[in-house]
Amino acid sequence: MTNADEALVESRGVSVRLGERWVLEDVDAAVAPGEILTLIGPNGSGKTTLVRVLLGLQRPDRGRIRRRSGLRIGYVPQRVHVEPTLPLTVAGFLALGSRGERERAREALAEVGVARLLDARVQHLSGGEFQRMLLARALLREPDLLVLDEPAQGVDVGGQRELYRLIGRLRERRQCAVLLVSHDLHLVMAATDRVLCLNGHVCCRGAPAAVSADPEYRRLFGPLDREFAVYTHGHDHHHDVDGSVVSHTDQST
Amino acid sequence: MSAWGDAFVWRALAAGVGVALVAAPLGCFVVWRRMAYFGDTLSHAALLGVALGVVLHLNPVPAVLIAALATGALLVALQHHGEFASDTILGILAHSTLALGVVVLALVESVRVDLFSYLFGDILAVFGTDLYWIAGGVVVGLAALAFLWRPLLAVTVHADLARVEGVPVTAVRLAFVALLAIVVAVAMRIVGILLITSLLIIPPATARHFARTPVQMAVIAAAVAVLAVAAGLAASLTWDTPAGPSMVVASALLFLLSLVVSRGRG
Repeated sequence: MTNADEALVESRGVSVRLGERWVLEDVDAAVAPGEILTLIGPNGSGKTTLVRVLLGLQRPDRGRIRRRSGLRIGYVPQRVHVEPTLPLTVAGFLALGSRGERERAREALAEVGVARLLDARVQHLSGGEFQRMLLARALLREPDLLVLDEPAQGVDVGGQRELYRLIGRLRERRQCAVLLVSHDLHLVMAATDRVLCLNGHVCCRGAPAAVSADPEYRRLFGPLDREFAVYTHGHDHHHDVDGSVVSHTDQST
Repeated sequence: MSAWGDAFVWRALAAGVGVALVAAPLGCFVVWRRMAYFGDTLSHAALLGVALGVVLHLNPVPAVLIAALATGALLVALQHHGEFASDTILGILAHSTLALGVVVLALVESVRVDLFSYLFGDILAVFGTDLYWIAGGVVVGLAALAFLWRPLLAVTVHADLARVEGVPVTAVRLAFVALLAIVVAVAMRIVGILLITSLLIIPPATARHFARTPVQMAVIAAAVAVLAVAAGLAASLTWDTPAGPSMVVASALLFLLSLVVSRGRG
């Protein structure tokens, strides 16, 4: 558990009720500066609710939230749908989050590998391009904390792996913390420092390897055991070639 | 066409153009936010405002503004706490306020109100006091819309994202509803309660295919709306048709034309 004094954002004993059902019960969570924390859990386990509470978008029924004062957050929500009737370019979309000249917007897009899309229509982007645009809007806020709710949604598997590597690189370069939400452990674990496994309550938490060995975690994700072995392989592989992969993907995007 | 020499025609044109200039850009947000039915409900409530004005001896424009604002506030409150789907709530409010307006007007026997002119507009009857109210509403509406433009657009694209980025989402939403109420109040005399939504929706829909940015869409929509108002007024004077419906027909024809043109280009 992170020292309370240095957490960027922290929940203490947070519970959220949806009608009769408690979607979150007594959740303690904290994001330390510079770390990548991944929230993991099956569908309906309260991951997005916890994120919304941490962001201040939703008031918990019990417990409290503490955010470091002056904390700058870059947020990538789970589903963003731009109305087909709204004519919006990527540059226009980025300007909604932070006023600024085109050059800054272009730099942010370049940082996520899609500088060429500056004047493209938002509705014409592919799933992966759209997610990168969202990431660029978050980066333009100069965030201390990036909150990414299922950032790889609508992205094919190869693109997902690349996206998580990009997130890792952004953390290195910008020294910001990342709070990541995912239901797919295989891809995320390689890119994360700590994992918090959620299923209404906190099942277990810790380093990725420790969590994957936890009996609670295994009970929750039991049927995936075989796939998980495959994943572990990928995890090792990724760490072995980290540096060279980075430059390779930079060129290809 | 000798009627163009008369002052009342120019007053009507000025009022119509003013309303078009504020309704079209605001209507873009109605289209983007899928709130056509919401706008319709506010304008139905306008008849209750007219009745209120008759009972309290108020000018109909501020009376309608009060009724539309109250209905808007009620809608926002109900949508957040109700168990019914929002279109159910909108339907209930739209028709009960309209019906209540008619009933109240019938009960106030001392005054004879021309219902048709309120339902379908009577732009040629716009006189002094109305014109000041309309001018005030247009100026306030345009200024507020310019001020709200960016946060409103951010909320329209994604409310949660806007809130995390520091936009006061609830205040912006309420301000938008207030703006809609203003437009309903000033547009009622022009096209009438039953046709206000068309003034909000059709010009933006016409502009959609020719705009690359939100601002472009608002500007083109405003130009289309002004054209429709002028053409409708001219048609009304030429063929002696009711002005409000003529403007809406002109607007619809421009929309059809835009479909043909954009299909031809695409």
